[in-house]
Amino acid sequence: MTPPVTTQRVDLEVNGVQHACDLDPRTTLLDALREHLDLTGSKKGCDHGQCGACTVLVDGRRTNSCLLLAVAAEGSTVTTIEGLGGPDLPHPVQEAFLEHDAYQCGYCTPGQICSAVGMLDEAAQGWPSVVTDDLTDAGELGTDEIRERMSGNICRCGAYVNIVTAIAAVDA
Amino acid sequence: MSALGAPLRRLEGTAKVTGAARYSFEHTPDGCVYAWPVQSTAAMSRIIAIDVDAVLAMPGVVDVITADDAERLEDADDGELMVLQSSNVAYRGQVVALVVAESLETAREAATRLRVDYQTGDVDAVLEPGHPKLYAPDEVNAGFPTDTSVGDIDQALAQAHAVVDHTYSTPAQFNSPMEPHATVATWSDGRLDVFESSQGSSSTVQILSTLFGIPAADITVDSQHVGGGFGAKGSPRPNVVLAVMAARRVGRPVKLAYTRQMMFALAGYRTPTFSRIRLAAGEDGRLLGLAHDAISQTSTIEEFTEQTAESSRHMYAAPHRSTSHRVAALDVPTPRWMRAPGEMPGMFALESAIDELAHEMGIDPVELRVLNEPASDPESGKDFSSRHLVDCLRRGAAAFGWEGRDPAPGVRRDGRWLVGTGVASALYPAMVMPSSARVTARRDGDYLVEINAADIGTGARTVLAQVTADRLGVDVDRVDIRIGVSSLPQASIAGGSAGTASWGWAVSKASLALVDRLKDEAVPDDGLSAEADTADDIEAMADVDRHAYGAHFAEVRVDLDSGEIAVSRMLGVFAAGRILNSRTARSQFIGGMTMGVSGALHEHGVMDAVHGDYANHDLATYHVAACADVPDIRVEWLDEHDDQLNPVGGKGIGEIGNVGAAAAVANAVWHATGVRVRDLPIQPDALVRHLPMRG
Ligand code: FES
Ligand code: FES
Repeated sequence: MTPPVTTQRVDLEVNGVQHACDLDPRTTLLDALREHLDLTGSKKGCDHGQCGACTVLVDGRRTNSCLLLAVAAEGSTVTTIEGLGGPDLPHPVQEAFLEHDAYQCGYCTPGQICSAVGMLDEAAQGWPSVVTDDLTDAGELGTDEIRERMSGNICRCGAYVNIVTAIAAVDA
Repeated sequence: MSALGAPLRRLEGTAKVTGAARYSFEHTPDGCVYAWPVQSTAAMSRIIAIDVDAVLAMPGVVDVITADDAERLEDADDGELMVLQSSNVAYRGQVVALVVAESLETAREAATRLRVDYQTGDVDAVLEPGHPKLYAPDEVNAGFPTDTSVGDIDQALAQAHAVVDHTYSTPAQFNSPMEPHATVATWSDGRLDVFESSQGSSSTVQILSTLFGIPAADITVDSQHVGGGFGAKGSPRPNVVLAVMAARRVGRPVKLAYTRQMMFALAGYRTPTFSRIRLAAGEDGRLLGLAHDAISQTSTIEEFTEQTAESSRHMYAAPHRSTSHRVAALDVPTPRWMRAPGEMPGMFALESAIDELAHEMGIDPVELRVLNEPASDPESGKDFSSRHLVDCLRRGAAAFGWEGRDPAPGVRRDGRWLVGTGVASALYPAMVMPSSARVTARRDGDYLVEINAADIGTGARTVLAQVTADRLGVDVDRVDIRIGVSSLPQASIAGGSAGTASWGWAVSKASLALVDRLKDEAVPDDGLSAEADTADDIEAMADVDRHAYGAHFAEVRVDLDSGEIAVSRMLGVFAAGRILNSRTARSQFIGGMTMGVSGALHEHGVMDAVHGDYANHDLATYHVAACADVPDIRVEWLDEHDDQLNPVGGKGIGEIGNVGAAAAVANAVWHATGVRVRDLPIQPDALVRHLPMRG
């Protein structure tokens, strides 16, 4: 009989709901969501911060949940794809993805959508990107800005063209 | 209005954008444990010892399985699936043990701690032209002949007015679907239930039945949502065998997912290829001869030969022709299908060579292709079911603004950029495979269609519902569809761009049979069903040549200082039979072209010759196209009617977008810079030293 693995209590607020979890301290936020809270909308594509499939919003900012230990998310508010909108009341970015067919297999999609929501907020706050020419102009994002700012989310199905169209439609 | 061709939204779209769609690993049965493969750190070696006890003593570790004590498997004709059956190691990254633990965290930790000692040998893992191990296989992938020959190619080369003779290469490429391969396996009372990320679970059932010696009727494989595959999930990979083996042994449900890094050794990939192309042309630009000699690699445990020269057998008229394939069995993982196996590397080579010939002869590259258009299949002489390549080229040229293009390379500047345009043709076989389906009329007036098709991102659910609605003459929203579970009527895999044609035929036939029954039968309480199987219909098809065609046009910009390459514009025009859903079809074409751009400029599996492993085995170092790398790709298609295909009239669209796209980009890079790059990917280092100083 092997002794039990150490676990500790971690309080997580996800999509407005408080969860008291008993977690191995090595558990990432992504695995806490997927394996412990049954919130499987956040995807694991690489577990190393290289693909963006696991993107969620932590205190409103887009975050690779595979790179964040669950214990480090204590005290933060986490929003996942499930918290952005559901079938009855989809978020405008979710609706735009449907309308512009901005997905194929759908595996990168929750991450793309969370990333787009966070990105639009960054842009609205006037955060520049590497392709921003005029740092004082916080107007509508052009397609070059969207492409640049969404390049942390890989889509192997190659839905980028439609993803850019969908996000531009929301931003318009 | 017919439901066919309508831009219907994907039926599972809401589930995908809200995160409700569950992929294989996202099922967590009560009491499950986690399995983690341990990979060999030595290529071509023999295991001498594994320190199982030290890891078994770790808290939370349930089991460690090695070749010493794993159950014996029956041979299912795939060497990669014979996991943990021998202490011989064929390549670095092969599975040498499986750790099972109570949690993901413990399984991962225990797997990294497992000490394995090897007796190593010399590693032979680098494919090169002239490699001493090259041999002629009996046949190449998909059953095509190894070599073909018509006329006398040497005589054609000797008599030609112009000759092109170059070797083109493509590197190892990795499918890299965003969902890593994963399995959840549960045994209960002798029955096996599996969630598996698969392009075709009907065949997975058969293979598991053979491997584990249990009746197929006792196995269910569920693959309702699949996060991409591009060929890598076209047949079972070691993950499912390991998970099933572990679940039987520990008596609990087992979850197993590959890490992204494991994907590079254990999921299949596209072999590196070398293609020597020889073109012999007469004074008028017509080809007298065309030869394509291809080499590729396979592993020492399974033979897979990419059919790289197969497309050259069909593309252009030439009285003298020859093709060959040679393969070397190296100390590497087994290559497998990756989106357009054969056509992708082969057409990069051929379509680059045609561009070189056009320049040499001073003939426009579109016109040279038109000039060499065959009247029937150039090797077999078979009639075409339909062939509208020239229409694709002409329409694309008009839409892209090709007319009046200055053929001179390296002369157009826009600020710090050199600008150029390129064209390439595409083709892909229009195949169909036997499938079966059941359609049921319900008492409430709705219909249910059931078929074990797989939707790997193609929109299969949606188009099959459209086909059913069209045949029944009802609105699509009155059709429910169930796919992706092996207990449904058996169907072919989502592969070879044949899914929609194969499944659509079965669904169409079952629907029409149901319409017949409904003429004189009432619908009982439990519904009225009709089933159909297409095996005999396919057997009876006429012997004609069936291919889809296309033309790619690309504009690239090359930075004078850095050699950075950006694709600024791209257009694809396709003739692929009937298009069943304009919204999802457009996405699929664009997706294929996007992968083509990715292969042209980014993807490069780099072999570590010393250790025998692809060194860049993650998404930080194996680059695939990101959003900023992809321009506004435009797609058009011809309204093509071909009644020699299948009842739904489609030729398949999943792969053709990835055929020829890399050549169009390469040809545009040459037009921009005057530098001909014959080895993919095209990267700045190949260009920068040849570029003029910015004035
Ligand atoms: S899974 Fe987190 S970035 Fe890929
Ligand atoms: S939709 Fe498949 S990876 Fe983006």
